[in-house]
Amino acid sequence: MKKYLVIVLLALTPAWVLAAGVPGVILDKANIDPTNKQSLQRGARIFVNYCLSCHSASLMRYERMGTDLGIDEKLVSENLMFTGGKVGELMTVATAADDAKQWFGTVPPDLSVIARARGVDWIYTYMRSFYRDDSRHTGTNNLVFPDVGMPNVLWELQGIQAPVITTVKDQADGTEHKVVKLELVEPGLQTPKEFDRTVRDLVNFLDYMGEPAKYERRHLGTKVLIFLLVLLVLAVLLKREYWKDIH
Amino acid sequence: MAGNTTEKWQGGLLGWIDARFPLSSMWYDHLARYYAPKNFNFWYYFGSLALMVLVMQIFTGIWLTMNYKPDAELAFNSVEYIMRDVNWGWLIRYMHSTGASMFFIVVYLHMFRGLIYGSFKKPRELIWIFGMIIYVCLMAEAFMGYLLPWGQMSYWGAQVIISLFGAIPGIGDSLALWIRGDFVIADATLNRFFAFHVIAVPIVLLALVVLHILALHEVGSNNPDGVEIKKNKNEKGIPLDGIPFHPYYTVKDIVGVVVFLIIFSIIVFFMPEMGGWFLERDNFIPADPLKTPEHIVPLWYFTPFYAILRAVPDKFLGVVAMGGAIFALFLLPWLDRSPVKSIRYRGGIYKLAIAVFVISFIALGYLGTQPATPIMTWFARLFSVLYFGFFVSLLIIPKFEKTRPVPDRVTS
Repeated sequence: MKKYLVIVLLALTPAWVLAAGVPGVILDKANIDPTNKQSLQRGARIFVNYCLSCHSASLMRYERMGTDLGIDEKLVSENLMFTGGKVGELMTVATAADDAKQWFGTVPPDLSVIARARGVDWIYTYMRSFYRDDSRHTGTNNLVFPDVGMPNVLWELQGIQAPVITTVKDQADGTEHKVVKLELVEPGLQTPKEFDRTVRDLVNFLDYMGEPAKYERRHLGTKVLIFLLVLLVLAVLLKREYWKDIH
Repeated sequence: MAGNTTEKWQGGLLGWIDARFPLSSMWYDHLARYYAPKNFNFWYYFGSLALMVLVMQIFTGIWLTMNYKPDAELAFNSVEYIMRDVNWGWLIRYMHSTGASMFFIVVYLHMFRGLIYGSFKKPRELIWIFGMIIYVCLMAEAFMGYLLPWGQMSYWGAQVIISLFGAIPGIGDSLALWIRGDFVIADATLNRFFAFHVIAVPIVLLALVVLHILALHEVGSNNPDGVEIKKNKNEKGIPLDGIPFHPYYTVKDIVGVVVFLIIFSIIVFFMPEMGGWFLERDNFIPADPLKTPEHIVPLWYFTPFYAILRAVPDKFLGVVAMGGAIFALFLLPWLDRSPVKSIRYRGGIYKLAIAVFVISFIALGYLGTQPATPIMTWFARLFSVLYFGFFVSLLIIPKFEKTRPVPDRVTS
């Protein structure tokens, strides 16, 4: 994956190119694999460690996560639940909404269905697009979500990025665009490649959490379609039998 | 074959019931001795399919109400509760959300069939009118149902559509306030929409479907040739080109039902959002009265009319044009006075008019989903003119149209 993200500012991109977010942002493909249990488990660990202290996932139960991801119930309650409580509980957050509002300017949204609202590519790009901006109270800003209240919580893993602005002349119509690239100025604990995988795992988990029944849905769907195809053959034969004497 | 069995059924439980309730005669009148033309083609599947989807929506709807909470604080989470914690809840919910869009696809194809084969013409004007009222009720049903998940698009879509009533001079604002029950879309709106969605409108819909079918069975079905099969009967009074609906069309419709269910299942099990067309992304964000989404787009089945609304610069006239676009369809039996029913025997100019109408409707549907940029608005204006132009052209076309002779009997 690329080390930096490229966005084209002031471009005359038609709005329909972008489903969500800032005009001109080109989203990187998340390429998640929902069948990869290990990736989902790693994503779950990142989620409870880095996200769940401010964001809730109040529609998701720890127990369900453990069952679906193949994590032992004991492991879930010992390693993934920091708030104590029972394993059947919802992933609520301890931070009071009023405090959060004071710290970040807004209450961090619940993340239960965020992957369905934003799309996996958006989150994947967003989580990798924080850069240093001393004018912000958090010290960081984001290319995908300008002036976002959220700091770069994964900075320790990612390192720190800084923007590099260059002007590019469009060959076709001669207009000038400002292109912002992000470059790593301080390395983190992970290499850029490792960090991309970390974010991919997290996005994979968020996608799972957006619809825990997805796997079951596809699995059942195959069986239903096989049944219906057999039924179709019988229905066509029945129709032909009855209609033999018409005309 | 039916004649002998009647004798046998005189006694026993059925005889007891028949002496008190017209069970056997209803069976014969509407199924076993309802003679339908034998030349029904592909387009004739969609009536029975619409009925099946209606039944499916009612049943999945009943089960959804068992866990859904019509409360602004609880609605969004209760839908996700159904998706996660209710056994088979995800299936019931996806069947209902997919069913809504599929209902419109089926109904649009059903209406198109009526249009091209002249099924709205004498003596079937009332069938068409009942059908149109069903269509309008269906739009109300879908619109109010879409508020219930209480997502951003539910909320703001409802806000935009109800504010249209505010464009009516004089009473507009009070009317919009009266419909909402609050100054903005709020808990009161959600509660009343729920009441209408689960009780009031479904009852009206079911009653209208009964009227639609009763009127159809009174005059008999049209067919792709637009020939009245009742003109040619045998000595027993049975139309020569007619076959009993049951078993012939029941077994044929089963094939249609299975094909439909295959398509339906592919969507429900593998692509329930249908790329944002059946379930919009913004609707996974809980309704927030303080944050307006960038593009408020109604669901696809309303977008042709939404595009017409936006094409008109004046808001009130836009509302009038939008209403007119639907009302024009009601007038179809009295606009098109050609004695030839089926498109098969109509002139090339009529076929062209139908083609332009279909293209305009689809183009408007697409434009309604897009941001109203100046160029898009001009396209919407062009297609709006063509849409209404179709209805005007129906008044003129029969005057000089060269139709082909209609056969006496149906062709196979």
